[in-house]
Amino acid sequence: MEVKPPVPQIPSPVWSEFKDLQEWEKLHQERPEGDKASSLAEKIFDTIEHFPGGWIAVASTEKLFNWARKSSIWPVTFGLACCAIEMMATFASRFDVERFGMVTWASPRHSDLMIVSGTVTIKMAPMLKRIYDQMPDPKWVISMGSCANSGGPFRHGYHVVKGVDRVVPVDVYVPGCPPTPESLMFGILKLQEQVAEFQKTGRRAELSPKTG
Amino acid sequence: MTPDRATSLIQERFGLQAAGAGRSLTLEQLPPERWVEFFAFAKDTLGCRFFSFLTAVDWKEQGLEVVCRVENLDDGVGIAAKTRLGAEARCPSLTAIYRGADWMERECYDMFGVRFDGHPDLRRILLSQDWEGHPLRKDYAIDTPHAPYR
Repeated sequence: MEVKPPVPQIPSPVWSEFKDLQEWEKLHQERPEGDKASSLAEKIFDTIEHFPGGWIAVASTEKLFNWARKSSIWPVTFGLACCAIEMMATFASRFDVERFGMVTWASPRHSDLMIVSGTVTIKMAPMLKRIYDQMPDPKWVISMGSCANSGGPFRHGYHVVKGVDRVVPVDVYVPGCPPTPESLMFGILKLQEQVAEFQKTGRRAELSPKTG
Repeated sequence: MTPDRATSLIQERFGLQAAGAGRSLTLEQLPPERWVEFFAFAKDTLGCRFFSFLTAVDWKEQGLEVVCRVENLDDGVGIAAKTRLGAEARCPSLTAIYRGADWMERECYDMFGVRFDGHPDLRRILLSQDWEGHPLRKDYAIDTPHAPYR
Protein backbone atom coordinates (compact mmCIF):
# COMPACT_ATOMS: atom_id res chain seq x y z
CA MET A 1 0.00 0.00 0.00
CA GLU A 2 1.38 3.38 -0.87
CA VAL A 3 0.14 6.91 -1.14
CA LYS A 4 0.19 8.26 -4.63
CA PRO A 5 2.16 11.47 -5.05
CA PRO A 6 0.03 14.55 -5.59
CA VAL A 7 -0.61 15.38 -9.20
CA PRO A 8 0.26 18.96 -10.12
CA GLN A 9 -2.75 21.13 -9.49
CA ILE A 10 -3.78 24.71 -9.79
CA PRO A 11 -1.53 26.59 -7.35
CA SER A 12 -3.29 28.39 -4.54
CA PRO A 13 -2.15 30.00 -1.31
CA VAL A 14 -0.94 27.58 1.36
CA TRP A 15 -2.44 28.60 4.68
CA SER A 16 0.79 27.95 6.60
CA GLU A 17 2.45 30.67 4.54
CA PHE A 18 -0.26 33.07 5.66
CA LYS A 19 1.43 35.96 7.42
CA ASP A 20 -0.29 38.65 9.33
CA LEU A 21 -0.52 38.20 13.10
CA GLN A 22 1.93 35.32 13.16
CA GLU A 23 4.99 37.52 12.58
CA TRP A 24 3.78 39.96 15.17
CA GLU A 25 3.18 37.21 17.70
CA LYS A 26 6.63 35.75 17.14
CA LEU A 27 8.15 39.10 17.93
CA HIS A 28 6.18 39.46 21.13
CA GLN A 29 6.65 35.92 22.40
CA GLU A 30 10.36 36.37 22.89
CA ARG A 31 11.20 38.36 25.96
CA PRO A 32 12.64 41.74 25.00
CA GLU A 33 16.26 42.22 26.05
CA GLY A 34 15.72 45.38 28.04
CA ASP A 35 13.12 43.74 30.31
CA LYS A 36 14.39 45.42 33.48
CA ALA A 37 11.28 45.04 35.60
CA SER A 38 11.18 41.27 35.66
CA SER A 39 14.92 40.87 36.14
CA LEU A 40 14.74 43.35 39.03
CA ALA A 41 11.92 41.35 40.62
CA GLU A 42 13.94 38.17 40.25
CA LYS A 43 16.94 39.86 41.85
CA ILE A 44 14.85 41.01 44.81
CA PHE A 45 13.37 37.53 45.28
CA ASP A 46 16.84 35.96 45.12
CA THR A 47 18.18 38.39 47.71
CA ILE A 48 15.30 37.74 50.11
CA GLU A 49 15.56 33.98 49.67
CA HIS A 50 19.28 33.92 50.44
CA PHE A 51 18.88 36.20 53.46
CA PRO A 52 18.83 34.15 56.72
CA GLY A 53 15.20 33.20 57.39
CA GLY A 54 14.08 34.86 54.19
CA TRP A 55 12.72 31.61 52.75
CA ILE A 56 9.76 31.85 55.13
CA ALA A 57 8.67 35.10 53.53
CA VAL A 58 9.21 33.71 49.99
CA ALA A 59 7.38 30.47 50.73
CA SER A 60 4.37 32.21 52.24
CA THR A 61 4.23 34.70 49.36
CA GLU A 62 4.36 31.85 46.87
CA LYS A 63 1.63 30.04 48.73
CA LEU A 64 -0.51 33.16 48.53
CA PHE A 65 0.17 33.53 44.81
CA ASN A 66 -0.60 29.86 44.15
CA TRP A 67 -3.81 30.09 46.13
CA ALA A 68 -4.77 33.16 44.09
CA ARG A 69 -3.93 31.34 40.85
CA LYS A 70 -5.89 28.22 41.63
CA SER A 71 -8.91 30.15 42.89
CA SER A 72 -9.35 32.17 39.72
CA ILE A 73 -8.70 29.91 36.77
CA TRP A 74 -10.33 31.47 33.76
CA PRO A 75 -10.88 29.00 30.93
CA VAL A 76 -10.91 30.15 27.33
CA THR A 77 -14.01 28.77 25.64
CA PHE A 78 -12.75 26.28 23.08
CA GLY A 79 -15.55 23.83 22.31
CA LEU A 80 -14.82 21.62 19.31
CA ALA A 81 -17.47 18.89 19.30
CA CYS A 82 -20.11 17.17 21.41
CA CYS A 83 -17.95 17.33 24.56
CA ALA A 84 -18.52 21.08 24.43
CA ILE A 85 -22.18 20.46 25.34
CA GLU A 86 -21.10 18.78 28.58
CA MET A 87 -18.60 21.59 29.11
CA MET A 88 -21.38 24.16 28.73
CA ALA A 89 -23.52 22.17 31.17
CA THR A 90 -20.61 22.30 33.62
CA PHE A 91 -20.39 26.05 33.26
CA ALA A 92 -24.14 26.53 33.61
CA SER A 93 -26.07 27.07 36.80
CA ARG A 94 -26.72 23.45 37.80
CA PHE A 95 -23.08 22.46 38.22
CA ASP A 96 -21.82 26.03 38.44
CA VAL A 97 -18.04 26.06 38.33
CA GLU A 98 -18.13 29.74 39.18
CA ARG A 99 -17.91 28.68 42.82
CA PHE A 100 -14.35 27.53 41.98
CA GLY A 101 -13.66 31.02 40.71
CA MET A 102 -13.88 30.03 37.06
CA VAL A 103 -15.26 32.51 34.58
CA THR A 104 -15.46 31.43 30.95
CA TRP A 105 -13.77 34.05 28.90
CA ALA A 106 -13.97 34.48 25.15
CA SER A 107 -10.45 35.82 24.81
CA PRO A 108 -7.22 33.83 25.13
CA ARG A 109 -5.36 36.97 26.24
CA HIS A 110 -7.07 36.92 29.65
CA SER A 111 -7.24 33.17 30.19
CA ASP A 112 -5.22 30.67 32.22
CA LEU A 113 -6.79 27.41 31.09
CA MET A 114 -7.84 25.86 27.80
CA ILE A 115 -10.35 23.00 27.95
CA VAL A 116 -9.95 21.14 24.65
CA SER A 117 -13.35 19.49 24.36
CA GLY A 118 -13.75 17.41 21.25
CA THR A 119 -12.05 15.94 18.21
CA VAL A 120 -9.02 17.87 17.04
CA THR A 121 -8.68 17.60 13.28
CA ILE A 122 -5.43 18.19 11.44
CA LYS A 123 -6.96 21.29 9.91
CA MET A 124 -7.99 22.66 13.33
CA ALA A 125 -4.72 21.86 15.13
CA PRO A 126 -2.77 24.94 13.95
CA MET A 127 -5.58 27.23 15.13
CA LEU A 128 -5.63 25.46 18.50
CA LYS A 129 -1.86 25.92 18.79
CA ARG A 130 -2.22 29.57 17.89
CA ILE A 131 -4.86 30.21 20.55
CA TYR A 132 -2.67 28.37 23.07
CA ASP A 133 0.28 30.56 22.09
CA GLN A 134 -1.83 33.67 22.59
CA MET A 135 -2.54 32.79 26.22
CA PRO A 136 -0.25 34.43 28.78
CA ASP A 137 1.94 32.26 31.01
CA PRO A 138 1.38 30.43 33.29
CA LYS A 139 -1.22 28.43 31.36
CA TRP A 140 -2.79 25.01 31.69
CA VAL A 141 -4.63 22.63 29.38
CA ILE A 142 -7.34 20.09 30.17
CA SER A 143 -7.90 17.45 27.51
CA MET A 144 -11.56 16.51 27.75
CA GLY A 145 -12.97 13.29 26.31
CA SER A 146 -11.61 10.34 24.37
CA CYS A 147 -11.15 12.26 21.14
CA ALA A 148 -8.92 14.90 22.65
CA ASN A 149 -7.05 12.31 24.72
CA SER A 150 -6.17 9.89 21.95
CA GLY A 151 -8.35 10.41 18.87
CA GLY A 152 -11.08 8.22 20.34
CA PRO A 153 -13.37 6.42 17.89
CA PHE A 154 -11.94 8.53 15.04
CA ARG A 155 -8.33 7.55 15.78
CA HIS A 156 -7.79 5.82 12.44
CA GLY A 157 -9.48 8.51 10.41
CA TYR A 158 -7.28 10.28 7.91
CA HIS A 159 -7.97 13.73 9.33
CA VAL A 160 -7.74 13.28 13.12
CA VAL A 161 -4.88 14.23 15.42
CA LYS A 162 -4.24 11.24 17.70
CA GLY A 163 -4.42 13.16 20.92
CA VAL A 164 -4.20 16.86 21.57
CA ASP A 165 -0.95 16.29 23.51
CA ARG A 166 0.72 16.13 20.12
CA VAL A 167 -0.19 19.77 19.62
CA VAL A 168 -0.04 21.39 23.08
CA PRO A 169 1.21 20.07 26.45
CA VAL A 170 -1.68 18.69 28.51
CA ASP A 171 -1.94 18.82 32.32
CA VAL A 172 -5.10 16.84 33.03
CA TYR A 173 -6.77 14.18 30.90
CA VAL A 174 -10.49 13.63 31.55
CA PRO A 175 -11.69 10.28 30.14
CA GLY A 176 -15.21 9.61 28.89
CA CYS A 177 -17.21 9.85 25.70
CA PRO A 178 -18.33 12.46 26.52
CA PRO A 179 -17.29 12.95 30.17
CA THR A 180 -20.11 13.91 32.47
CA PRO A 181 -19.98 17.33 34.11
CA GLU A 182 -19.00 15.55 37.35
CA SER A 183 -15.95 14.05 35.61
CA LEU A 184 -14.94 17.40 34.23
CA MET A 185 -15.35 19.01 37.64
CA PHE A 186 -13.16 16.28 39.13
CA GLY A 187 -10.56 17.07 36.47
CA ILE A 188 -10.79 20.76 37.31
CA LEU A 189 -10.28 20.00 41.01
CA LYS A 190 -7.24 17.86 40.11
CA LEU A 191 -5.92 20.76 38.09
CA GLN A 192 -6.42 23.07 41.07
CA GLU A 193 -4.28 20.69 43.14
CA GLN A 194 -1.58 20.90 40.48
CA VAL A 195 -1.79 24.67 40.35
CA ALA A 196 -1.48 24.85 44.15
CA GLU A 197 1.86 23.03 43.90
CA PHE A 198 2.96 24.74 40.71
CA GLN A 199 5.43 27.29 42.05
CA LYS A 200 6.86 24.72 44.51
CA THR A 201 7.71 22.01 42.00
CA GLY A 202 7.97 24.09 38.84
CA ARG A 203 7.05 20.96 36.90
CA ARG A 204 5.08 21.52 33.73
CA ALA A 205 3.34 19.26 31.29
CA GLU A 206 5.19 18.22 28.16
CA LEU A 207 4.30 17.42 24.60
CA SER A 208 3.78 13.81 23.56
CA PRO A 209 7.04 12.18 22.43
CA LYS A 210 5.19 10.92 19.34
CA THR A 211 4.91 14.42 17.90
CA GLY A 212 6.45 14.95 14.53
CA MET B 1 -42.78 12.98 -17.49
CA THR B 2 -43.33 9.49 -16.14
CA PRO B 3 -40.58 6.96 -15.37
CA ASP B 4 -41.70 4.79 -18.29
CA ARG B 5 -41.58 7.73 -20.68
CA ALA B 6 -38.12 8.67 -19.41
CA THR B 7 -36.88 5.10 -19.81
CA SER B 8 -38.08 4.92 -23.41
CA LEU B 9 -36.56 8.34 -24.24
CA ILE B 10 -33.18 7.25 -22.82
CA GLN B 11 -33.41 3.95 -24.71
CA GLU B 12 -34.17 5.81 -27.91
CA ARG B 13 -31.35 8.34 -27.62
CA PHE B 14 -28.56 6.41 -25.86
CA GLY B 15 -29.42 2.76 -26.47
CA LEU B 16 -29.12 1.97 -22.74
CA GLN B 17 -31.72 0.32 -20.55
CA ALA B 18 -32.33 2.29 -17.34
CA ALA B 19 -32.87 -0.01 -14.38
CA GLY B 20 -34.81 0.75 -11.23
CA ALA B 21 -38.22 0.45 -9.72
CA GLY B 22 -40.81 3.14 -9.15
CA ARG B 23 -39.78 6.73 -9.75
CA SER B 24 -36.06 6.24 -9.26
CA LEU B 25 -34.05 5.18 -12.32
CA THR B 26 -30.43 4.04 -12.48
CA LEU B 27 -28.33 4.15 -15.61
CA GLU B 28 -25.26 1.93 -15.42
CA GLN B 29 -22.21 1.97 -17.68
CA LEU B 30 -22.69 5.31 -19.34
CA PRO B 31 -19.53 5.99 -21.37
CA PRO B 32 -17.56 9.05 -20.15
CA GLU B 33 -17.72 10.61 -23.64
CA ARG B 34 -21.51 10.84 -23.40
CA TRP B 35 -21.55 12.04 -19.76
CA VAL B 36 -22.14 15.71 -20.50
CA GLU B 37 -24.48 14.92 -23.37
CA PHE B 38 -26.61 12.74 -21.11
CA PHE B 39 -27.02 15.37 -18.41
CA ALA B 40 -27.80 18.11 -20.92
CA PHE B 41 -30.48 15.75 -22.23
CA ALA B 42 -31.71 14.98 -18.70
CA LYS B 43 -32.02 18.67 -17.88
CA ASP B 44 -33.64 19.83 -21.10
CA THR B 45 -35.73 16.88 -22.25
CA LEU B 46 -36.47 14.97 -19.05
CA GLY B 47 -36.86 18.13 -16.97
CA CYS B 48 -34.39 17.07 -14.27
CA ARG B 49 -33.43 20.55 -13.17
CA PHE B 50 -32.50 19.65 -9.59
CA PHE B 51 -28.91 18.52 -9.09
CA SER B 52 -28.98 16.10 -6.15
CA PHE B 53 -25.43 14.87 -5.67
CA LEU B 54 -22.25 13.74 -7.37
CA THR B 55 -19.76 11.34 -5.84
CA ALA B 56 -17.40 8.52 -6.74
CA VAL B 57 -16.83 4.86 -5.89
CA ASP B 58 -13.44 3.18 -5.90
CA TRP B 59 -13.69 -0.33 -7.38
CA LYS B 60 -9.95 -0.99 -6.99
CA GLU B 61 -8.62 -2.70 -10.16
CA GLN B 62 -11.78 -1.89 -12.12
CA GLY B 63 -11.18 1.81 -11.70
CA LEU B 64 -13.14 4.70 -10.32
CA GLU B 65 -16.83 5.18 -10.96
CA VAL B 66 -18.53 8.55 -10.83
CA VAL B 67 -22.16 8.60 -9.72
CA CYS B 68 -24.45 11.55 -10.24
CA ARG B 69 -28.14 11.91 -9.47
CA VAL B 70 -30.49 14.55 -10.81
CA GLU B 71 -34.19 14.91 -10.16
CA ASN B 72 -37.31 16.23 -11.78
CA LEU B 73 -39.08 17.71 -8.77
CA ASP B 74 -42.29 18.53 -10.62
CA ASP B 75 -43.00 14.91 -11.51
CA GLY B 76 -40.92 13.21 -8.85
CA VAL B 77 -38.62 11.34 -11.22
CA GLY B 78 -34.98 10.85 -10.27
CA ILE B 79 -32.17 9.51 -12.44
CA ALA B 80 -28.80 8.33 -11.19
CA ALA B 81 -26.14 7.78 -13.84
CA LYS B 82 -22.83 6.01 -13.39
CA THR B 83 -19.72 6.08 -15.50
CA ARG B 84 -16.51 4.09 -15.25
CA LEU B 85 -13.30 6.08 -15.66
CA GLY B 86 -10.04 4.90 -17.13
CA ALA B 87 -6.68 4.65 -15.40
CA GLU B 88 -6.13 8.41 -15.63
CA ALA B 89 -9.35 9.09 -13.69
CA ARG B 90 -10.49 11.92 -15.93
CA CYS B 91 -14.13 12.84 -16.21
CA PRO B 92 -15.91 15.64 -18.06
CA SER B 93 -17.26 18.37 -15.81
CA LEU B 94 -20.97 19.10 -15.38
CA THR B 95 -20.45 22.67 -14.16
CA ALA B 96 -21.59 24.13 -17.48
CA ILE B 97 -25.00 22.47 -16.99
CA TYR B 98 -25.48 22.48 -13.22
CA ARG B 99 -23.89 25.19 -11.07
CA GLY B 100 -24.33 22.91 -8.06
CA ALA B 101 -21.83 20.48 -9.53
CA ASP B 102 -18.99 22.90 -8.81
CA TRP B 103 -18.36 22.11 -5.13
CA MET B 104 -19.40 18.47 -5.50
CA GLU B 105 -16.75 17.95 -8.16
CA ARG B 106 -14.19 19.75 -6.04
CA GLU B 107 -15.00 17.43 -3.14
CA CYS B 108 -14.81 14.43 -5.46
CA TYR B 109 -11.41 15.61 -6.65
CA ASP B 110 -10.34 16.18 -3.05
CA MET B 111 -11.32 12.75 -1.77
CA PHE B 112 -10.89 10.52 -4.84
CA GLY B 113 -8.57 12.43 -7.14
CA VAL B 114 -10.95 12.46 -10.08
CA ARG B 115 -9.80 15.15 -12.51
CA PHE B 116 -12.80 16.97 -13.95
CA ASP B 117 -12.05 18.38 -17.38
CA GLY B 118 -13.57 21.80 -17.90
CA HIS B 119 -14.03 22.63 -14.22
CA PRO B 120 -13.34 26.34 -13.68
CA ASP B 121 -11.60 26.06 -10.30
CA LEU B 122 -10.50 22.53 -9.54
CA ARG B 123 -8.70 22.59 -6.19
CA ARG B 124 -9.15 21.00 -2.78
CA ILE B 125 -12.26 22.06 -0.88
CA LEU B 126 -12.21 20.27 2.51
CA LEU B 127 -8.60 19.26 3.12
CA SER B 128 -5.76 21.74 3.33
CA GLN B 129 -4.10 22.69 0.08
CA ASP B 130 -0.80 21.01 0.99
CA TRP B 131 -2.38 17.60 1.63
CA GLU B 132 -0.81 14.64 -0.12
CA GLY B 133 -2.93 11.90 -1.62
CA HIS B 134 -6.68 11.35 -1.78
CA PRO B 135 -7.96 9.77 1.45
CA LEU B 136 -11.10 7.99 0.29
CA ARG B 137 -9.27 5.90 -2.28
CA LYS B 138 -8.83 2.28 -1.35
CA ASP B 139 -5.06 2.45 -1.76
CA TYR B 140 -4.73 5.28 0.76
CA ALA B 141 -3.16 3.44 3.71
CA ILE B 142 -4.77 3.75 7.13
CA ASP B 143 -2.76 5.85 9.58
CA THR B 144 -0.84 7.62 6.83
CA PRO B 145 1.42 9.99 8.74
CA HIS B 146 0.72 13.66 8.28
CA ALA B 147 3.44 15.84 9.75
CA PRO B 148 3.77 17.38 12.26
CA TYR B 149 0.81 16.16 14.29
CA ARG B 150 0.94 12.39 13.91
